[in-house]
Amino acid sequence: MVSVMQRYSALSLLRHALNGHRNWQAAWRSPPLRDRYSAIIVGAGGHGLAAAYYLAKEHGITDVAVLEAGWLGGGNVARNTVTVRSNYMRDESIPFYVRSVDLYDGLTRDLNFNLMQSKRTMIDVLQTWGMVRDRRRRRLIMDIYGSTYQDISVDELRRRVPLLTGGGPDSRLPILGAAVHTDASVNRHDAVAWGYARAADALGVEIHQKTPVTQLLRGPDGAISGVETPRGTVRAPIVALAVSGHTTTLTETVGLRLPLRTINLTAFVSEPVKPALDVIVNCPDLGVYLSQSDKGEMVIGGAPDLGQSFRRDIKQGVFEHTVAMLLELFPAFRRLKLLRQWGGHLDMAHDASPIVSKTDIPGLIVSAGWWGGYKAIPAGGAGLAHLIATGRPDPLTAPFGLNRFRHLDYVVETGTTTAR
Amino acid sequence: MLLIDCPFCGKRTESEFAYGGPALAPRPDPAALTDAEWVDWLTVPPNPLGWVEERWWHARGCGAWLTLRRHTVTHEIAEVRHGR
Repeated sequence: MVSVMQRYSALSLLRHALNGHRNWQAAWRSPPLRDRYSAIIVGAGGHGLAAAYYLAKEHGITDVAVLEAGWLGGGNVARNTVTVRSNYMRDESIPFYVRSVDLYDGLTRDLNFNLMQSKRTMIDVLQTWGMVRDRRRRRLIMDIYGSTYQDISVDELRRRVPLLTGGGPDSRLPILGAAVHTDASVNRHDAVAWGYARAADALGVEIHQKTPVTQLLRGPDGAISGVETPRGTVRAPIVALAVSGHTTTLTETVGLRLPLRTINLTAFVSEPVKPALDVIVNCPDLGVYLSQSDKGEMVIGGAPDLGQSFRRDIKQGVFEHTVAMLLELFPAFRRLKLLRQWGGHLDMAHDASPIVSKTDIPGLIVSAGWWGGYKAIPAGGAGLAHLIATGRPDPLTAPFGLNRFRHLDYVVETGTTTAR
Repeated sequence: MLLIDCPFCGKRTESEFAYGGPALAPRPDPAALTDAEWVDWLTVPPNPLGWVEERWWHARGCGAWLTLRRHTVTHEIAEVRHGR
């Protein structure tokens, strides 16, 4: 069943205001769960919902159920730092992320949902010669694919980021220079989840919250046949997993092992303060990055916990380290009060590049290994939808198949913000 | 923060340690394995909601390499031993 999506506009806002906001239509339906679909997507996070939307929009496949263990937008799509950028290292990665940045820039209009997309520019503060070399090397490859890096001097960096008063010549790690990535942006994570959900629902896709998948099911021929949930068995010839962090938890229910390790990343926000920082500042040598949200909070990301972790809290040690590193460069933040902290767990592939791939089990598709998966939502969702619909990867996700491990042909990526 | 009971130094906080990755089985002879077994050893670590064995280096302490048995959900440490 395809519903008519209520368009959002200034006019509709005015009309509903005159009616006391009593007649807003629900943004998506909550239909009864059927026992059979053409395809099941596990995980109503960014990637799962984007895949559902592009499946319906680009491929006309709408007999799809998106099954979500918790509530829509309550998983890792809400547990990140909303940073969108394409300054990666590899020929395989950069065009993929350039495409994702482009899709994000047009997404508010495409989904008729205000994502509060805000082009910010990211500035990488470089404090070791190794990092300077790394950025020069990245720039050579990025130039080929239309991503941008520009070197600026320390003086220019301090002019653009007046709050950055640390890192002087007498400090532990004096700033050597900076690299400017103008393509970067931030936006609103809830809006990304809700926007994709509403648009996918309007095209006929069903979203089922509070429907955790406990077991994958295989038929007598070995192919995937559906999933088990507390609400009953749901059958489908294609099951796609988009369950950041828990991919192996599900694939191991059918004996499939994957080259993934689950780790937990740290983030926290300050109290809201007046506008003070209009770019995203990334400090790769220190393992911290930050931007200021529209509400005024400083959104601060740190390094991952050491070792594998399925937790979603943050470790005191990682938190203290991140704060100490931040204060080295931004001593004025000594007086800043921190409000909330969160972790997000993700599964990192052996070569730190994503996996969008068919598996050894016919009908079972995985989208995993997203370290920095938020920025990848539009292009990753489009790639996953293409794979579900056609059985073949699209050109941008083709390098990220599981076959690369079989041939030990790694796509070793180091473009993650705080990986050290 | 983890509290790691180093066999030489006693209980020390995680900040004194560097993480050395999953504790792998000794490197097999690739020629004696099938391709699938070799790729598995190289690229596929255990990733359970449960106990893992991992290597930690007491870099800012005695310098010993330790093997920990640690839970990926509770972060409880059941065993610390010197070497592999």
